[in-house]
Amino acid sequence: MRGLLALAAVVLLAPLALANNYHYEIAILVGLNAIVCVGLNLLIGYAGQISLGHAGFFGIGAYGSAILAARYGWPPLASLAAATAAAALLAWLVGRPILRLRGHYLAMATLGLGIIISIVLTTEDGYTGGPDGMSVPPLAVAGFALAGERAWYWLVGVLLLATVWLALNLIDSPVGRALRALHGSEVAAEVAGIDSARHKLLAFVLSAAIAGLAGALTAHYAGFITPGKATFLHSIELVVMVVFGGLASTFGAVVGAAVLTALPQLLTVFKEYEMVVFGGVMMLTMIFMPKGLVPTLAALAGRRR
Amino acid sequence: MSGELAQFLLSGLTVGSIYALVALGFAIIYNASHVINFAQGEFVMIGGMATVWLLAAGLPLALAAVLAVALAALVGLLLARFAVQPARGASVVTLIIITIGAAILLRGLAALVWDKRIHALPAFSGEAPIALAGATLAPQSLWVIGVTALAVAALWGFFNRTLAGKAILAVSHNRLAAQLMGISVQRVLLVSFALSAALGALAGILIAPITFTSWDVGVMLGLKGFAAAILGGMGSGPGAVIGGLLLGLLESLGAGYVSSAYKDAIAFIVMLAVLMLMPGGLLGGRAAERV
Amino acid sequence: MILLRAAGLAKKFGGVRAVEALDFEIREGQVFSIIGPNGAGKTTLLNLLTGIYRPSAGRLWLAERPLAARAPHEFAAAGIGRTFQNLQIFFNMSALENVMAGRHLHERCSLAAALLRAPRLARAEYACRRLAAELLEFVGLGAYALAAADALPYGALKRLEIARALAGEPRLLLLDEPAAGLNPSEIRDIDRLIQAIAARGITVVLVEHNMKLVMGVSHHVLVLDYGRKLAEGAPDAVRNDPRVIEAYLGAGES
Repeated sequence: MRGLLALAAVVLLAPLALANNYHYEIAILVGLNAIVCVGLNLLIGYAGQISLGHAGFFGIGAYGSAILAARYGWPPLASLAAATAAAALLAWLVGRPILRLRGHYLAMATLGLGIIISIVLTTEDGYTGGPDGMSVPPLAVAGFALAGERAWYWLVGVLLLATVWLALNLIDSPVGRALRALHGSEVAAEVAGIDSARHKLLAFVLSAAIAGLAGALTAHYAGFITPGKATFLHSIELVVMVVFGGLASTFGAVVGAAVLTALPQLLTVFKEYEMVVFGGVMMLTMIFMPKGLVPTLAALAGRRR
Repeated sequence: MSGELAQFLLSGLTVGSIYALVALGFAIIYNASHVINFAQGEFVMIGGMATVWLLAAGLPLALAAVLAVALAALVGLLLARFAVQPARGASVVTLIIITIGAAILLRGLAALVWDKRIHALPAFSGEAPIALAGATLAPQSLWVIGVTALAVAALWGFFNRTLAGKAILAVSHNRLAAQLMGISVQRVLLVSFALSAALGALAGILIAPITFTSWDVGVMLGLKGFAAAILGGMGSGPGAVIGGLLLGLLESLGAGYVSSAYKDAIAFIVMLAVLMLMPGGLLGGRAAERV
Repeated sequence: MILLRAAGLAKKFGGVRAVEALDFEIREGQVFSIIGPNGAGKTTLLNLLTGIYRPSAGRLWLAERPLAARAPHEFAAAGIGRTFQNLQIFFNMSALENVMAGRHLHERCSLAAALLRAPRLARAEYACRRLAAELLEFVGLGAYALAAADALPYGALKRLEIARALAGEPRLLLLDEPAAGLNPSEIRDIDRLIQAIAARGITVVLVEHNMKLVMGVSHHVLVLDYGRKLAEGAPDAVRNDPRVIEAYLGAGES
């Protein structure tokens, strides 16, 4: 729990370092990505599965809430909840047959799923506005619209802390141990009485719901959503954030999201080189630091003592 | 046969041949190293774009094409040597990210070195359409299908008749035994990447006159080639070819008769269906896990 | 009471008949050993008894009732626990967490309770931790409780698997070559451990190659050869059975 307190301190004190709206915007994006990554880490780092299509769930959450709020006039909180549920439902329906697969095959199935979602979102322009996207009404609670970077910053900060708290609780519980066990050795977990299929599905659905919620929030925050948020590239960015920060490390996921969201924003000078740098970072990290940033640093710190 | 159907079949075979070449590249690398090479599509891109660039520099088409293939093979070698080899024995997630990172890197380099515009190559033997079975066929389609058939035949000869090819097959069947027989696993890795890159580049050059080429043409082609490899059975050479052709046909017929808006989704729907119902694909086997 | 009964049990892999026409009964409270040359089908049999393989033919009864389980976790819920010949330790957890994970069947925990860390869960976690620590003591690994599993020596890991299996409170415990790779002193520890487990009322099925261990600790021995029952009976009877000697023990003393 010390880590959680440290994170709370960071969230509380960060505004002192945020000089203008642009900085706040980056911080909010970091927070939203971090929420997705904490959820995705439960699936990849703890349960030992893989998903190369999680941006699809993000997109479902985003567009679901956008469409319900903008085209059908739902109150934003209701559309948020419904969109999150939609992402979770899809994960539940598709999860059972997909999660029977392992390794590369699972990776490809999730990849295919994500791409199909992104194609649907781009093609059904009657609902989604097609490749140009659609505008999204702001989030409103009891008539008060949530507007302005500072308000969103606190909302996202609180939600991030809540997500991290929930994740830490889960990991240290019988359910969490069951997930980690099936990552350690699926056959031994089964023999110990753990229903591996059910637990894999649980991790998948939970991480999809979290991604969907973050997607919906992003849509309302930005006031606009395009299919670019549901692409294969975004799915890969999410996985890289998780792996870069450190698998099976909730705080690693947060750090990974922070570094890989903030850095490209701050280095916009090098916009043209962005892809080259991103690709290079991915490769170098995996070759030299395969455990991820936080566990590698922790191991180095451990050795110094 | 109706003219429309014949048209769809022919265009399906044409694009299917490209998928087959890309899928073969996946199969060769997967067999040699159990790595899924997400950068495969970028070799296709390099083939087309490098040829365009060399052509613009004044070289004759044939020479530009050969040099482009050689360039792609070199890139494949570098990828194998500096990205894949250092990560030998790493987890599935790690290897996937490395090759995806390589793909992104290559795409970024292509945008920098060349540009982000769409380019076309001239058709190899002119544009005059040929009438066949009620459909009109662009001569380039014949080039695509013909050269692919030749390449497949050459590969078959290589793997079944030459020592080098058999060495690669040996590694895919039993790595340790192959090493004990004196086969350099490292060299097999390098050769398989170079070979796959060459195949991908060839595909890129063949298709560029028809569907044009650009810095990011590799993404979809790579992924669809991958779907073809899964359809045919991951790791199976004949499966890659059959999967590629079949996928091309399904895509063409689907776009023609069902929905052209969802043309791109067809490959992934097929892939997802195969993975959920028979993950081994049409020709692939099923590996058992010994406890 | 007959705890486990098998009739006509068989398992085929393509053309290979790994186990064929196997009938046997295991009495409650026994230490029941299964021996046989390599490839005789011993591990296959254990996999059949834990649901990792589906039998090609035959039936199983647990405590007089037909065993209806299909997935391995259902076999575990029926009261069958096991260890593995090739260690299947959860290397991503500590030794204590490995044993706590083994306790899964006895931890009722809803997702909501897990996410919110309900007070009842916190108390249950404490109890689970204590029980796991006790089991580690029981198998002689008390000192290693908080160590990461991947830091433990091989002999400790074999005992960790046993502790993990015991955490599930099985009625029937299957041990797959627990003495493999251990030195004589460690094997004596395993011998004592098996006796202590039996003394707790748990029926033990032991698959082993170490004849001294088998003959010393077993009540009943089943000999397999090429997937079929070659002989069975009390240890001394089996040891002196000429068919067994010919097929397995060979000319020399073990």
